[in-house]
Amino acid sequence: MRVSMDIELKDTPGQLVLALQPISEIKGNIQSVVHCHDKRTPRGTVPIHVVFEVSKNGLEEVIRRIEANDVIVARVDEKRLREQISVMLIGHIVHTDIRETIDAVDSTGYAEIVDLTMNMPEIKKVSSAFMVIAADGENGLALALDILRTTAVEKGLLVIEPIKENAIWM
Amino acid sequence: MTFRISIIGFGAVGQGVAKVLLCKRETLQNMGVDIQVVAIADSRSSLINSEGIDLEKALQAKKTNGRIGNERTMSDSALEAIRDLEHELMVEATPTNIKTGEPALTHILHALGSGKHVVTSNKGPFIHNHATLINTARDNDVMLRYEATVGGAMPIINLIQENLAGNTIHRIEGILNGTCNYILTRMADEGLDYHHVLLEAQELGIAETDPSYDVMGIDAASKLVILANTAYGNNVTFADVQITGITEITPETLELADKNGYTIRLVGEASKDLLTVAPKLVSKKHPLAIRGTLNIATIHTDLSKTITVSGVGAGSIETASAILSDIIHIYKKHKAH
Repeated sequence: MRVSMDIELKDTPGQLVLALQPISEIKGNIQSVVHCHDKRTPRGTVPIHVVFEVSKNGLEEVIRRIEANDVIVARVDEKRLREQISVMLIGHIVHTDIRETIDAVDSTGYAEIVDLTMNMPEIKKVSSAFMVIAADGENGLALALDILRTTAVEKGLLVIEPIKENAIWM
Repeated sequence: MTFRISIIGFGAVGQGVAKVLLCKRETLQNMGVDIQVVAIADSRSSLINSEGIDLEKALQAKKTNGRIGNERTMSDSALEAIRDLEHELMVEATPTNIKTGEPALTHILHALGSGKHVVTSNKGPFIHNHATLINTARDNDVMLRYEATVGGAMPIINLIQENLAGNTIHRIEGILNGTCNYILTRMADEGLDYHHVLLEAQELGIAETDPSYDVMGIDAASKLVILANTAYGNNVTFADVQITGITEITPETLELADKNGYTIRLVGEASKDLLTVAPKLVSKKHPLAIRGTLNIATIHTDLSKTITVSGVGAGSIETASAILSDIIHIYKKHKAH
């Protein structure tokens, strides 16, 4: 999963290595380091902001080792859900128990519906929903989509999936 | 070398071929391509002239009388009328029959079997018998070309077979039905509902009186099958395509998609293991968000990466242009032999 961390270094040489080495030791993948040389926290430390990928189990160990190096870990944000896909639904979405539809995806544990907007014209007409599903990886996303497709078939809803994006066009 | 050709089927496409041969007479002459139409057959009549038919008169006769020449007796088919006529190439342009592919399938197999090259715009025979057709052509050492069956004037069949030869094709995605694309474009532009826009399309001649082949995705699926067989040689048929049409799309759906930066298009997707035709979300900035009646196809390959082609997907002259290109290709190859 992706983690973004605020770390505070003492203003002495060699500190940055002490902060980043544990991440490599745990086979984490550092993606971005912002080292604000000229800034100081109220404690007089130098803030750095690191974004890296690490396994769920590895994060605790990384934090332990960084702190063992006498470097302050000020804040940790976990971004567990990094793959996203937008889909639409058409049909009597609310009246076929929309909560159940959302739960079908949310209860997987590896995917969630993170955004949902709806357009509901007159009572007898069908509704449309725009949903964003986020999952912890590509596999999780594919599985979540499968669940949504099955649920939609059961409820007589039409799923509109996106085309497979090609890197060139992004 | 004079190439004698027959035109079987004299509706919009057949007449388009005649018109195109007429207006490009000089161009063809300058290219050193000598083509003569020696037979034309429509559903009820035939016209034969081994010295070459006067195409202008033929088109006029069709316009005035509704048939091309002498009415055949009920027992004679178009095929029998031209069976004994010696010529090099048949253009098969009879109406597409999705279920059986007939009578085009019989016409084409017979022509190939009797040593004639074939150029066609007819999807029907390919949907269930792709391999048989290709093999028959090969076994008889003649050429069968069918660029006009998919995408009208948009080059795609020959693009895959010739320009992308040597590539492994991973996936093809395309908008292959201009009627559906027009309807979705108009619904999004004006917020009009499906039925209203369908009526509009029918009035403009963009949709048929019975639009079901288009709006239910059947036409797109037929073309997708032809593309898949061309790209993968995996002998798929119409039954292998998962099809969803556009009849359930509402203006509210399109509006909501638009708010989020998307539009909806009827997209056909073909990979070696999966064939689908379904309405899909397409980012408004993506080339597949093409507008109006145009067709577009994206081919994902290993060596040439991604190739995208678009063009006018239907129309008498446009479809005939693809037929003409195939005829010229065969002429040149035949001459070289």
